[in-house]
Amino acid sequence: MENIVERLLNGDRRALARMVTLIENEIPAARRYLAELHQYAGRAHIVGITGAPGAGKSTLVTHLVREWRRRDAKVGVVAVDPTSPLTGGAILGDRIRMMELSGDPRVFIRSMASRGSLGGLAASTRDVVRAMDAAGYNPINIETVGTGQDEVEVMRTAHTVLVVCAPGMGDDIQAIKAGILEIADIFVVSKADKPGADQTVAELSMLLSLDPTRRQHDKSRPYWKIPVLKTSAIKDQGITQVVDAIQQHYAYLVESGMLAHRAQRQVRSEVEALVLHAVVNQLKAKTSEDDWQKLVEDITSRERDPYSVANELEEKIGLRQP
Amino acid sequence: MADTRPIRVLVAKPGLDGHDRGAKVIARALRDAGMEVIYTGIRQTPEMIVEAAIQEDVDAILMSILSGAHMALFPKVMELLKKEGVDDILVAAGGILPDEDVPAIKAMGIKGCFGPGTSTEGIIDFVRNNVQADRLTTEV
Repeated sequence: MENIVERLLNGDRRALARMVTLIENEIPAARRYLAELHQYAGRAHIVGITGAPGAGKSTLVTHLVREWRRRDAKVGVVAVDPTSPLTGGAILGDRIRMMELSGDPRVFIRSMASRGSLGGLAASTRDVVRAMDAAGYNPINIETVGTGQDEVEVMRTAHTVLVVCAPGMGDDIQAIKAGILEIADIFVVSKADKPGADQTVAELSMLLSLDPTRRQHDKSRPYWKIPVLKTSAIKDQGITQVVDAIQQHYAYLVESGMLAHRAQRQVRSEVEALVLHAVVNQLKAKTSEDDWQKLVEDITSRERDPYSVANELEEKIGLRQP
Repeated sequence: MADTRPIRVLVAKPGLDGHDRGAKVIARALRDAGMEVIYTGIRQTPEMIVEAAIQEDVDAILMSILSGAHMALFPKVMELLKKEGVDDILVAAGGILPDEDVPAIKAMGIKGCFGPGTSTEGIIDFVRNNVQADRLTTEV
């Protein structure tokens, strides 16, 4: 039997599905497979879709995928939903909205639970995207968990970030805050058939007009003017314009050299994360539950302090000389 | 790691009936038992169910049906799974399944049949005890 990597590269979707499971569960072989897949990845345009719960992310993704299928693309979707902090379980419901895409063999949709990760994605989302990329899916859409103002992890994984805003979700003071509104490459005002959509567009445009680079950018260099686009899934309006804008953004990234720049920044944070993860695992392996219990009690009773305990553990895993 | 990873379950309603409260109760109970539940909603064709199960690489498929179309739709699902070479996914069914149909349903390879009055604990235990724990150690 061919190995799983070859089968994935040959377009076998069961091999891809199993690879994703191995990655998500940190099965040791997954890292070796990912190392093999790395050279085949890097072709896909990775698009992040983020926004508040109920903003219309899944519906937008469904319509974007449909439009990409019309343009003959082989499309990947990673949809992240939250894991319960209490039970570790999750209900992954993004497929409900994506029903019409199910059954198309050139669309691969994978639901992921966030598994305690707080940035709006799961810890292994980037690796899952890499596997889909190697399998020839392009573009790959990442739908984040419904976000608040600070879940910006998608920016470190995607090339193009769409922030979806539904009408009537907050006044213009909300819009001026730092956080997810700063990471948008494209704003999508969803549910444009509902009242208030024009006002939301106006508020976002006002926010963007405050950006000094809008007026002062170097005219001789490529410049991305963040668009604010309206969509209505019910009326099937605005979708082609969004896909056009996503493609224009990719062209801008290539032309301006930003694609290479972002890739470099992402690679660096990725390697850091891998090493950090190994350190955490090492710490877990060398510290038993009983040890932890003792340390925690010593610190809470003020017999010891967190800093000297950290020093001791760092020595234990070889990060610090005794 | 393989022994502590969450069990992934697809909960789907094949056919045309829109009565999804039971399926939602089950989905919620499985979530509260620490499982990852992919909930696909109502009006699923057998093709959609099998494709979703493959892409999501689930450990179990739970189908709920109240319309009486189970003897038409269940064989189709099992046939498609077989055609795709999938033999490591636990399949179970719930809903209105007359007693006289249960032997035939089980003969299709559907391991559990759960009618009205079933406790959610019973279904949780059934899933925990019957999924193939070694699915990940064997390559597809």
